[in-house]
Amino acid sequence: MREFFSKYVAYRKYNASVAWKKAKRSKMCYAFLAPYGILFCAFYVLPVITSIFFSFTYYNILEPPRFLGLQNYMSLVLEDDVFLIGIKNTLMIAVITGPLGYIMSFLFAWLINELPRWIRTIAVVVFYAPSIAGNLYVIFSVFFRGDAYGYANAFLMDLGIIDAPILWFINPVYMLPICMVVILWMSLGTGFLSFVAGLQGVDRAQFEAGYMDGVKNRWQELWYITLPNMKPMLLFGAVMSITQAFGVCDVTMALCGYPSTDYAARTIVTHLYDYGFSRFEMGYASAIAVVLFLMMILCNKAIQSMLRRVGT
Amino acid sequence: MSKTMSKTQRKEVVENEVYHKKLIKRRKPNRSIAGDVFLYVFLLAMATLMIFPMVYAINSALKPLDELFMFPPKIFARNPTLDNFSDLFVTMGKSWVTFSRYLFNTVFITVAGTAGHLIVASMGAFVLAKYDFPGNQTFFKLITISMMFTGYVTTIPNYLIINALGWVDTYWSIIIPAFASPMGLFLMKQFMEGLPMSLIEAAKIDGANEWRVFMNVVMPNVKPAWMTLIIFSVQGLWNNRAATFIYSEERKTLVFALQQIQGGGIARTGQGAAVLIVVIIVPIITFILSESQVLETMASSGLKD
Repeated sequence: MREFFSKYVAYRKYNASVAWKKAKRSKMCYAFLAPYGILFCAFYVLPVITSIFFSFTYYNILEPPRFLGLQNYMSLVLEDDVFLIGIKNTLMIAVITGPLGYIMSFLFAWLINELPRWIRTIAVVVFYAPSIAGNLYVIFSVFFRGDAYGYANAFLMDLGIIDAPILWFINPVYMLPICMVVILWMSLGTGFLSFVAGLQGVDRAQFEAGYMDGVKNRWQELWYITLPNMKPMLLFGAVMSITQAFGVCDVTMALCGYPSTDYAARTIVTHLYDYGFSRFEMGYASAIAVVLFLMMILCNKAIQSMLRRVGT
Repeated sequence: MSKTMSKTQRKEVVENEVYHKKLIKRRKPNRSIAGDVFLYVFLLAMATLMIFPMVYAINSALKPLDELFMFPPKIFARNPTLDNFSDLFVTMGKSWVTFSRYLFNTVFITVAGTAGHLIVASMGAFVLAKYDFPGNQTFFKLITISMMFTGYVTTIPNYLIINALGWVDTYWSIIIPAFASPMGLFLMKQFMEGLPMSLIEAAKIDGANEWRVFMNVVMPNVKPAWMTLIIFSVQGLWNNRAATFIYSEERKTLVFALQQIQGGGIARTGQGAAVLIVVIIVPIITFILSESQVLETMASSGLKD
């Protein structure tokens, strides 16, 4: 056993010395990477670490942080029922809009792929524009206005489906579904562009080979040829849509108000804002942030290992 | 082609195919006309749905006041005017801080942030893509992980860090963190991997040092990726409300000021719609202008493992 350990240590030492020599020889690389590396560590790595640290403390900026252990997490799960609503809403939004938005991105990218070039360009702009349109989604509050003058209400009343206007953004029953529609409308983002570009890059010869081998219709073509070729883009798109689906808060805050009726449109991020910037309980807010962080990373890892099996 | 066919016959077939150019392009196999028609009708319907809110917003911005409150409401403006936009400028002109100041703030933040991001991220991407050194893989893995969570997770510690640096209420609080956006570096690195290593080696043999290689050989060859970086960076910075870090009115961004007007209630409905258009016009126009380059870059965006 001792022999094994000493061998292992010697091996690691050797490896480290090789790496050190290599590192010394590639000083130039580190010099190039340094500006980005320092900024990245300062604004992405360090914040995550500090978040984890503060999540174990009580901290309100004015007083020095007081160590609490796991109490923040315990009260999150056991006492804070609003947080549980937030988790439920975030998961609902993520489970519905995440996959749907992802499939929509791919479907539209795939459909416009066979169009002539200039129509394709227009189609890309049309589908991509909502996701870069800033806060254009507030226009939905006009469509779904709560009185009889709102388009949705007027339309439904004309048809005789309802006889009194529905308070779309005040009645908890309708809040989440409408927010989901809006999120779906905005979901053709970076992933969609990646799909469009990736589909253009699939080798034509593979389709020819596919026809020879008896690919019968476009769906078989999609499953056996297109999808396996698109795997890297599919992974990238998944990362984008998961990140987006879990980070929803702008839309719900703008449309349903903050706080919303019965907290029916509260998401994890809204809760984080509440505790971080309204109540200044930074320790508690950090615990929320850590939970959200873990949810996103785990979900991403799970989806990635699933997507690796596509078409194989 | 069957083996029984003689050589001359085969030649004939080939020649026929070459010289008889078909008037109508041959349809792809495996495509039924009904399926095509159905899918394109579906696509057209979806496109209409997607574009509808935008068309509606543009039309409300062009409607005069009486049409805005007409019942039943019309989607298209009958007598389009630019009154709402001129009203908007009048309102902004009367505000305590002038419109040009807000515009300057946003433009300054956008330009400085984008330029810095482009330089810093391309330098990092260059060595990550083209050289093998200890820590290379680990660092890139960190960057892909950082794309997996939203910025909201780090809002609070970011504030504490900016505060510790003494940057609260300065432009730097927006500009410097924008330099480190992982998305830009990721796309740049993936695109640079497509550059042949021989190009760099040739330049080195000709006596160029690393900096010269980077500036004169690599950068001119990755122009599509520049455009993409610029697009994403401009989108992020232009829409930045900067409400967390900046509190003095003369440093607020245009989007923040415009959204204050939007909150002005019924009397400002028309101006609110005009605000929406002013805000979205810059990101959308930059995207339309550089669409083909963005798509060229995105072709190499895949996550490999």
